[in-house]
Amino acid sequence: MAQAIQGSAVRKQFLRPAVREALTGWLFAAPWIIGFLVFTVGPMLFSLYTSFTNYSITNDPVWIGTENYSNLFSDTYFYQSLGNTFWMVIVRIPLVTLASVGIALLLNMDLPGGKFFRTVFYLPQVLAGVAAIFLWKWILAPDGLFNNFLGLIGVPVNAQPGWFVDPLWTKPGLVIMGLWWIGGNILIYLAGLKGIPSSLYEAAEIDGASGWQKTLNITLPMLSPTIFFQVVTGIIGAFQIFSTAFVITGQNSNVGGPDGSLLFYVLYLYNRAFGRTGPATLQMGYASAMAWVLFVIILLVTAAQLWLAKKWVYYETEK
Amino acid sequence: MATTVEQLNETRAIVDQPASHRRYKWSVGRVLAFMALLLMTFLFIVPFLWMISTSLKDARVASDGKWIPDEFVWSNYTEAFSFNDLWGQWWLNTIIITVISVIGGVVSTSLVAYSFARLRWPGRDTVFSLVLATMMLPGIVVLIPQYILFSKLPAFGFQGSDNWINTFLPLVVPPFTGSAFYIFLMRQFMRGIPMEISEAAKIDGASELRIWGQIVLPLTKPAVAAIAIFTFQGAWEDFMGPLLYLQSEKLYTLQLGLRQFEFAAGGSVNWAWLMAGSLVIMLPVLVIFLIFQRFFIEGVTLTGMGGR
Repeated sequence: MAQAIQGSAVRKQFLRPAVREALTGWLFAAPWIIGFLVFTVGPMLFSLYTSFTNYSITNDPVWIGTENYSNLFSDTYFYQSLGNTFWMVIVRIPLVTLASVGIALLLNMDLPGGKFFRTVFYLPQVLAGVAAIFLWKWILAPDGLFNNFLGLIGVPVNAQPGWFVDPLWTKPGLVIMGLWWIGGNILIYLAGLKGIPSSLYEAAEIDGASGWQKTLNITLPMLSPTIFFQVVTGIIGAFQIFSTAFVITGQNSNVGGPDGSLLFYVLYLYNRAFGRTGPATLQMGYASAMAWVLFVIILLVTAAQLWLAKKWVYYETEK
Repeated sequence: MATTVEQLNETRAIVDQPASHRRYKWSVGRVLAFMALLLMTFLFIVPFLWMISTSLKDARVASDGKWIPDEFVWSNYTEAFSFNDLWGQWWLNTIIITVISVIGGVVSTSLVAYSFARLRWPGRDTVFSLVLATMMLPGIVVLIPQYILFSKLPAFGFQGSDNWINTFLPLVVPPFTGSAFYIFLMRQFMRGIPMEISEAAKIDGASELRIWGQIVLPLTKPAVAAIAIFTFQGAWEDFMGPLLYLQSEKLYTLQLGLRQFEFAAGGSVNWAWLMAGSLVIMLPVLVIFLIFQRFFIEGVTLTGMGGR
């Protein structure tokens, strides 16, 4: 029957249906394909080229070979920004994961008010702009809410952290801030938990397993693919931290805040590219080299995680 | 990626949970868990309350540590927006950029997803795997070269600029090419719509564009809503884009405008004004969230787009 219909339709059309559909398909996908070529592939290739040149937009790129890269590897700010960035990745990701998996487990216990709790935990995620960053700069001010609370529980004023003033406490401050924005992670973990078949728990109950045993031997292994995906994307995001550091450091963003303690990789890259640090303005060649180095680092870290995943991520299809 | 269809069903299950009127079983562990949730709720809410409290205080006593201000200074809200003549312009700029981004994002995402979900064409699966690959691509790699590109593209005097820098173009044109996450989300939705519907329309002589616009698009309303909302939030709160591309003050968005509080004060920030201003600027996103939270939650779970 389908053939008969096609036959009648064909006569009216200029092209064969399959060709027509293929053309339509490409046409419909064209916005993305054009965008991909113009805004992603083209720029990436160009940036690979500029990373081997001296280029400030106004002049023509001058080929200087690997000089940008060799300069980068002897640049103390490069190592400082890399160190700061790794610090954030290493401290923040485990804490975010623990907190969001923990809250998701609580939400999955089918307690009253589940919908309300879900809304509350997601709420901060809605507010990701400069306004929210300022709110936290205010809460973590030397005489802000957090230190007021520390004072209430008996921490003397001179022992209270100088959050975004004292280089020791700037990054911990950002970590605390970050723990407010975990609503998205919680929701994804919750969806993962809801997806675990109840038959597994029923079988374990027959065998007399306790609540903890069920969590350790069923819930966590079944959730591990979700955790893995969240950790991988979380790390990619953490490597590119910029706006928070930029807004928090304010007028000191060109030096990365107190003692450069918030000079994260992308902030340093921004400063190089848009002329607030170093010998010249608009050092696009140097900044491009920085971007590629970070890209390679992210690739390596992701590859390492894929390799490690074999040891801890549980996939049902595996034998 | 095969799991996403199952994920869709799971999401539905979570979101559409019937309002429960059943009795809850209580044990010591469950009571403790409930109390832990209450404590967490308190910790998550406190920053908002502190923000409201500060916004109503006299600036000179903003850090007195009191929750209830001695005197409610409602004028903070009007003064915060009168210290700079450009606030009205900044609101307008933000609204223009956001609206164009949302329209562009929704239309192009939907068209592209339709192509991947419901049309057969050579190379489709290869191109789709490229879409998936860009989801993992760190944005930083294209940041600098995109800036260079926009500095070379002619704007023919649009917004008084020869090139795209210092115009809205770098912010409003890219959304028209669709975003990988949303294309992926939309494709999942569209695959769930039976092909028979399209076949029937084709027999009646409808073009693919009509089938997309009149049949498939209306059936994907939840996904359209989720994408519109996320794009709205992303554009409204975008900081890095405007920071890079908008240099003259009269083109600023609200996010850039907020920073002027700090610079205007010359180092010592008027926290009462800043919190009042911040609250008002957050409000549109907050209201949309509270009205459409179902779509937010569905969208987050489906794209796996957690901590942006």
